[in-house]
Amino acid sequence: MSAETLARWQFGITTVYHFLFVPITIALSMLVAVLQTMWYRSGEEKFLRLTKFFGKVFLINFAMGVVTGIVQEFQFGLNWSEYSRFVGDIFGAPLAMEALIAFFLESVFLGMWIFGWDRLPKKVHLLSIWLGAIGTLLSAIFILAANSWMQNPVGATFNAANGRAEMTSLVAVLVNPVNLVTFPHVIAGAYVTAGGLILGISGWWLAKLAKAGDSDKSAAEKDIWRWATRFGAWVLIIAGAAVIITGDFQGKALTEEQPMKMAAAEGLCHSEKGAGFSLILIGSDCSKGNPTALTVPGLFSYLGAGSFDATMEGIADLNEQYAAEGFQGNQLQKETTTQLKEAGITDFAPSIPVSFWTFRIMMVLGFAAIAIGIWALIATAKGKDPKGGKWWTAAMIAVPLLSLFGNSFGWIFSEMGRQPFVVYGVLPTMSANSPGVSALEVGLTMVLFTLLYGSLAVVEIGLQLHFIKKGLPEVEEPTVLTDTDAPLSFAY
Amino acid sequence: MFALEVPATGAPFALQVLWLILIAVLWIGYLVLEGFDFGVAMLIPFLGKTEKEKRVMVNTIGPVWDGNEVWLLTAGGATFAAFPAWYATLFSGAYLPLFLVLVGLIIRGVSFEYRSKHPETKWRSTFDWMAAIGSFIVPLVLGVAFANFIMGLPVALATADMNTTKLLSPAAASLFVLTPAPYFWQLFSWFGILGGIVLVVAFLFHGSIYLTLKTKAGELHDRARKFASIVGLVAIVGGALYLVAQNLLYPALFPGLALVGWIVTLVAALALIAAWWFVGHGREGIAFVSTTVAIVSVAVITFLPMVPGMGFIAPGDRSSWPLNIMNASSSEGTLVLMTIVAVIFVPIVLAYSAWTYWVFRQRLGVENMPDEVALAS
Repeated sequence: MSAETLARWQFGITTVYHFLFVPITIALSMLVAVLQTMWYRSGEEKFLRLTKFFGKVFLINFAMGVVTGIVQEFQFGLNWSEYSRFVGDIFGAPLAMEALIAFFLESVFLGMWIFGWDRLPKKVHLLSIWLGAIGTLLSAIFILAANSWMQNPVGATFNAANGRAEMTSLVAVLVNPVNLVTFPHVIAGAYVTAGGLILGISGWWLAKLAKAGDSDKSAAEKDIWRWATRFGAWVLIIAGAAVIITGDFQGKALTEEQPMKMAAAEGLCHSEKGAGFSLILIGSDCSKGNPTALTVPGLFSYLGAGSFDATMEGIADLNEQYAAEGFQGNQLQKETTTQLKEAGITDFAPSIPVSFWTFRIMMVLGFAAIAIGIWALIATAKGKDPKGGKWWTAAMIAVPLLSLFGNSFGWIFSEMGRQPFVVYGVLPTMSANSPGVSALEVGLTMVLFTLLYGSLAVVEIGLQLHFIKKGLPEVEEPTVLTDTDAPLSFAY
Repeated sequence: MFALEVPATGAPFALQVLWLILIAVLWIGYLVLEGFDFGVAMLIPFLGKTEKEKRVMVNTIGPVWDGNEVWLLTAGGATFAAFPAWYATLFSGAYLPLFLVLVGLIIRGVSFEYRSKHPETKWRSTFDWMAAIGSFIVPLVLGVAFANFIMGLPVALATADMNTTKLLSPAAASLFVLTPAPYFWQLFSWFGILGGIVLVVAFLFHGSIYLTLKTKAGELHDRARKFASIVGLVAIVGGALYLVAQNLLYPALFPGLALVGWIVTLVAALALIAAWWFVGHGREGIAFVSTTVAIVSVAVITFLPMVPGMGFIAPGDRSSWPLNIMNASSSEGTLVLMTIVAVIFVPIVLAYSAWTYWVFRQRLGVENMPDEVALAS
């Protein structure tokens, strides 16, 4: 395999892995802050116990998110040095701002939160988890602005003298129409995941305690888990609705900015009025009609353009158009048309099967998670206990995983749908990797990263299960210590 | 004297100089702050004789290490934003060393969080060693790398046959890559290895003094002080050797900077000696200030020869800088923007970071360690 192919795999593996922890930490940090606020306001012990329990789940994931995130920031330079040189004038700024504005905030204040239970007044301690959570959200704003710029490189111009893209407007980069729909979609997806995690753990415990029968202690804990089950389910359902609505906006924005990505997602080879949404793809051959089957007529047109008989552009037609005129979506694309022509690319479509199936798997996983959320709400309505049984157990184990992998497939769709470009319509991925880095180096580090990440996954999952099975911690009312010889109530 | 060839038009504009200084400052912040938490983490398996002592050590850095590490991320991000061509050449050129740094940061980063989550001795000792080894690898590799930037790593323009089609880059201003043959063995030159060892020793010194500053009178405190007195001598001898060799063999070639190098070397030497003397006499606060001054000085000395070539030279000629702060920098517009962001947010970050150190200012002792049941959330 070439260094470039290996570099793609390395980026894919490390990024998909990193993003398993990102949605959990973005949303769970905020939900833990909400739980702690409820404890602060009501003084009810159950909220403190939930804060501590889910705080621990959050921190186990946060540690992994932090260390795998460092790799992300350095990876552009390691494996994609020509990309870095080409886009740094624009792409570097949000990354630097993310570190300075978001990473410091989340790292410093989460450190304060973890170790500050008996050092800080309650109110200040509560503020620290909120600031940490806001840090994770700010981080998402910057990194998604950077990613959206790769999808739709606005606010930039081509400097022919030094052969790179340069920023013309930071505001344009931040309010990129792709970013405006991507940010809410990704954040909503994060809440589906964290809601699913809370629901899965709590619902599993609720059924377990319901089956065990009543002692006073388990009855009290059962009530807490019931509350958390419904809380998680509500978060999941509301966020799920937001994912669907923002996903709809995103489909329409992509139809505008990256019609090829949407055409590939639907296996639509030739432009069509009232294009349909298909359930099955057979092959990827565009030479005789669309390689799709079980098609709902008009639905793609409706989802992409808001009207059942709108005309949707097909892969073959877009290919012809791009080969003839290049990409004309924004200034940078227009200014690099000549260079792109010289590269002699004739196929501007991403892999059709990958686009088609990842798009559908993403949706199916998301809908399944929402369905489990609705079931959990019904099963626990009016103080009922869920009947338990193997279906319930399976659903509770599945719901966080469905949400999590829904996120992964969404990203695989989005990033592989951007191919063959790294900066859409401007810089082909094959022109962007590091010259002078050998296939051996990329391959070696890829294998080692994979082994390291794999071992860490075993530890992380083991710890996670250990704490889930231990259940709600016993808590004491935290007080600010004044005696410097007294044991700290919270220490590592 | 050498001819100073700077193959770019005109002198650097003020913002390019400012951003080179800012990146140096971010590195200094990183080395000073994470320096002591690297030092403490390396010492966990050696100075902590009992489980509670080890936990005291972890807790002295627990609330702050993650924030300290962000200095590195910010330095990386700032390099990307302000000097994209530098970022590109540096990170792809130092490919395997940087990979080692990442592995070190990963294994130590998870260790602090995970060690506390299970009480078994074997589990804890595994993560203590991972923290120690990770904290050893990173300064070792960084030290070797800094020494190599001082010597200058040879670069040349990337050519069309190097794994890339170079589609949008006219050859005139393109991507620099390390010239392979000399660079690899240069990494293992005596000066490079010495640089790695000196940084590890400096962090051990800095970290053990931090421990004396953050622990109450007791066995652990005494052990840390004793260790500091010994490692301090190694740091003084090794540091002196390294810095004098640097000034003699690889002085900064930009006019006027060589003299600055000697002056700062003197400051570093005096600071190391002062730190050693003060920690031996129980003056931990001022000893810590002294190692801080020493590390700042070493960082300054490292950055001086990097003007204006940023650690890269033409093959065989330390006085020629094909890649430099002028042709590697971002456009003026981006630098202006980044400057505004830095002016607003750096003081805010400094203020709340300082506040955390204030909140966790209390010295810790084994009596402060709660029993296992009261573990943090």
